Amino acid sequence: MYMDMVGRQQTTLPTGNGVNNVRKNIGVKISKFLLMKGLRMLTLLFAICLISFLLIKNSPIDPIQAYVGADMIKVSPEQREKIAEYWGLDQPVMVQFFSWLSALLSGDLGTSMIFRRPVSEIIGERFWNSLVLMLTAWILSGVIGFVMGVVSAMKKDTWIDRIIKWYCYTLASTPTFWMGLLMLIVFAVWLGWFPIGLGVPTGVLAEDVTLADRLQHLILPAMTLSILGVANVALHTRQKLIDVLASDYVLFARARGERGFLLFWRHGLRNVALPAITLQFAAFSELFGGAVLAEQVFSYPGLGQATVEAGLRGDVPLLLGLVLFSTIFVFAGNLIADMIYYVVDPRTRESRTI
Amino acid sequence: MSILVVENLSISFNQYTESLKQKNVNVISSLNVTLEEGEILAVVGASGSGKSLLAHAILGILPNNANISGTISYDGEILTAARQASLRGTEIALIPQSVNYLDPLMRVGNQVRNSVKVGDAVAAQRKVFERLRLKSGVENMYPFQLSGGMARRTLLSTAIVSGAKVIIADEPTPGLDPVVIKEALENFREFADNGCAVMLITHDIESALTIADKIAVFYAGTTVEIAPVENFNGDGEALRHPYSKALWRALPQNEFIPIPGSQPRPNNLPSGCLFAPRCPIATLECELAQPEMRELRNGRVRCIHAT
Amino acid sequence: MIPGLKIGTKEEKVKRFYLNRRQKTLLTIVVATIILLSVVVGGAMLDQERIATNLNERNLPPSLKHLFGTDWLGRDMFTRTIMGLSLSMGVGLIGAIGSTSIALVLGMVSATMGKMADRLITWLIDLFLSVPHLVTLILIAFTLGGGFKGIVIGLMLTHWPSLARVIRAEVMQIRSAEYVQISQQMGKSSWWIAVHHIFPHLIPQLLIGFMLMFPHVILHEAAVTFLGLGLSPHEPAIGIILSESMKYLSSGMWWLAFFPGLCLLIIVRTFETIGENFRMLIDPTRANEK
Repeated sequence: MYMDMVGRQQTTLPTGNGVNNVRKNIGVKISKFLLMKGLRMLTLLFAICLISFLLIKNSPIDPIQAYVGADMIKVSPEQREKIAEYWGLDQPVMVQFFSWLSALLSGDLGTSMIFRRPVSEIIGERFWNSLVLMLTAWILSGVIGFVMGVVSAMKKDTWIDRIIKWYCYTLASTPTFWMGLLMLIVFAVWLGWFPIGLGVPTGVLAEDVTLADRLQHLILPAMTLSILGVANVALHTRQKLIDVLASDYVLFARARGERGFLLFWRHGLRNVALPAITLQFAAFSELFGGAVLAEQVFSYPGLGQATVEAGLRGDVPLLLGLVLFSTIFVFAGNLIADMIYYVVDPRTRESRTI
Repeated sequence: MSILVVENLSISFNQYTESLKQKNVNVISSLNVTLEEGEILAVVGASGSGKSLLAHAILGILPNNANISGTISYDGEILTAARQASLRGTEIALIPQSVNYLDPLMRVGNQVRNSVKVGDAVAAQRKVFERLRLKSGVENMYPFQLSGGMARRTLLSTAIVSGAKVIIADEPTPGLDPVVIKEALENFREFADNGCAVMLITHDIESALTIADKIAVFYAGTTVEIAPVENFNGDGEALRHPYSKALWRALPQNEFIPIPGSQPRPNNLPSGCLFAPRCPIATLECELAQPEMRELRNGRVRCIHAT
Repeated sequence: MIPGLKIGTKEEKVKRFYLNRRQKTLLTIVVATIILLSVVVGGAMLDQERIATNLNERNLPPSLKHLFGTDWLGRDMFTRTIMGLSLSMGVGLIGAIGSTSIALVLGMVSATMGKMADRLITWLIDLFLSVPHLVTLILIAFTLGGGFKGIVIGLMLTHWPSLARVIRAEVMQIRSAEYVQISQQMGKSSWWIAVHHIFPHLIPQLLIGFMLMFPHVILHEAAVTFLGLGLSPHEPAIGIILSESMKYLSSGMWWLAFFPGLCLLIIVRTFETIGENFRMLIDPTRANEK
């Protein structure tokens, strides 16, 4: 500890001016940070493009058969060749890859085989559906989970703490799709409050779907994801707050007469909120995975359902597009998580200035 | 009049030993300390002798698995848990040892302001920072940005603005350079001269001697001697307890003779006098029972042989 | 530094907690293992005839004869569930062993084979963590054409990154320890050091990592199978049972989905409990980490 203090004296020794200099430097630091992150993202994305492309090219599924479907018997070898030529399937793999990549860079993700529409259009449209679902679940599970974690830690070792802990551990082991099925059984079959499946009513044109309809189909999947999503945040927040409450600075705060809610408000919240928010952003990967399952159970027309459809029916362009999109989605979450630490936490924001 | 009296204080922790049997481990046993207004009492002892727990016990912030017996009275009134809670930060203030005791995510100015109980918090904090020669920019800093000296002065400020009558400083000197130590000690003198009672808990006996009025020598969880600071003189013949004498002689500027053996661990205390196994003048009688604290020559001692 | 004593009390507290838990922990592990074993043995012992089509006993709700009811072909759901769980655990075991091995090799290589290898593997870990698990699984299952092989390879390739990180950190820490430095100076080969100094210290982390990975592998297997990209519909897998049950939900046959899912939950929770308790037992210093 002594060494630590000495080290600190030599390196920083900030004065009133130092603080202002830091403020000026921070813009430069953030742009540098973003640039590095961006470069890393590009290498990762490129690798993912290449790997997924090669994987899919080596899959036993015949893209032509996937495209033509059941009519395959009627297709003559000449026609087959023509289709192959049209899709560029007679070229070497790397040529195919680079032509796909250059199309990708110009914003063309190809045409979905099952929907017969541009992939970018499908992703764009379904993204909004998924975004509404994921955002609802994300906010609900974040807030509820945080409150549960805080209550649990403040009341450590009481019955309420035990219940919350048990509940969270159980939730963490619950299959998302089974939770969805339970929801369907209880709320759709038994109580009849919600329709079974389908994001929009059948036989109704997309323009005629009302907001109420959409909401009605959103509630169950969002509830499923929210109920399961709390476990991680709650357990993490609980542990973090327990550590904080056992810290020297909370001991000192208690020595100064602070206690109960005031103590939590002044010292607990600020030290626990940041990790919890960061965790929520870093959990985009699980969120997306959960959405895939929930959308499948509730036939909710989002990205997840499209991913499953593409995988099941061999829709290569759509699958590739979705892999890329989900990667960007996860990356965005991680980037925001990093940024929060970088910008909000004073220990990283205002240190290492010289 | 004594403002704070600690009598027969014992603190123990429930602990499971290897055999899964619960055992009560005494970390502080029958401890007596008295604090007077306008006086600095230094509680001096080696690391691991339970000194910090004394401070935490007075403030009532010991962990839940601690068992406490004995009495602590403040201003003539015996402290209950509720009264302790109301005195914390208003009448009794703690000055902790390092910057780790400050909230890492709160600007230090705010942390000092939180200690102000009456009046304008911002004004009080600025006034005290000025008095302690902390630059105006410091109030907007976070604890990790403070140098050792700045951290010390910040911690001191929390006690000053609280207006407490009793200040307990826990290891205020380690890790600081001599100039800062001197300054810190002068601050404590100032407190005492303004009528406060100061309890200085430290293992740094040399610093303690330069500033304190009385020294309480702490050994294995109890006080073995309380002596006026003048007794620490010459080759220590004015001191009462063999441990105090040995401690005094072990100082570099004196004979620099280390005390043989080591302090007993709290879970393995001797049955009689705690110092007996290492004491040069111990007799069979010493091992029978722990001696009571008794008055002797304007001080107090816990030794049957002391004269 | 005073807190000599304060730290002491903290240690004692942890120690008490640990010892107090020790018996409970052992008991939990034993009970959980018995439950799991009985499911595996049960799955192998159960009469195949109970899942033969029996049109006289179709769509029956749970009763004493058919604890979990029967499906639309008159098959006993209890038998199907136990067989499904047994299969899930088998697949999970292979997947988790494979993933742990990958994590061990990559973690060790990353920490011992120099900067370039380290950068490459860290990058690889980032690569795998940057695509949602489930999407990766779908992609791999798609490439390999689904089925047993696809799902097992997919599970192996998706669960190693976080454990590899743990192992990498652990190896780096051991390598910087003094006794390893001394061995190095004495001219021991890095292979010798890896086998004699590093590997023994990794065993607890590996075991814990494996035990905690297991439930995730099982859940992911069930999820991918449920989506129709995993085990083939002829296998008695939980994912298949649940995905089939969806067609019958609207006719009120709740037992088709309820019991198999609940059993899967119990099995996963049991594994999770064993893993957590294992961690307490082996690694008391980290007992408080999440």
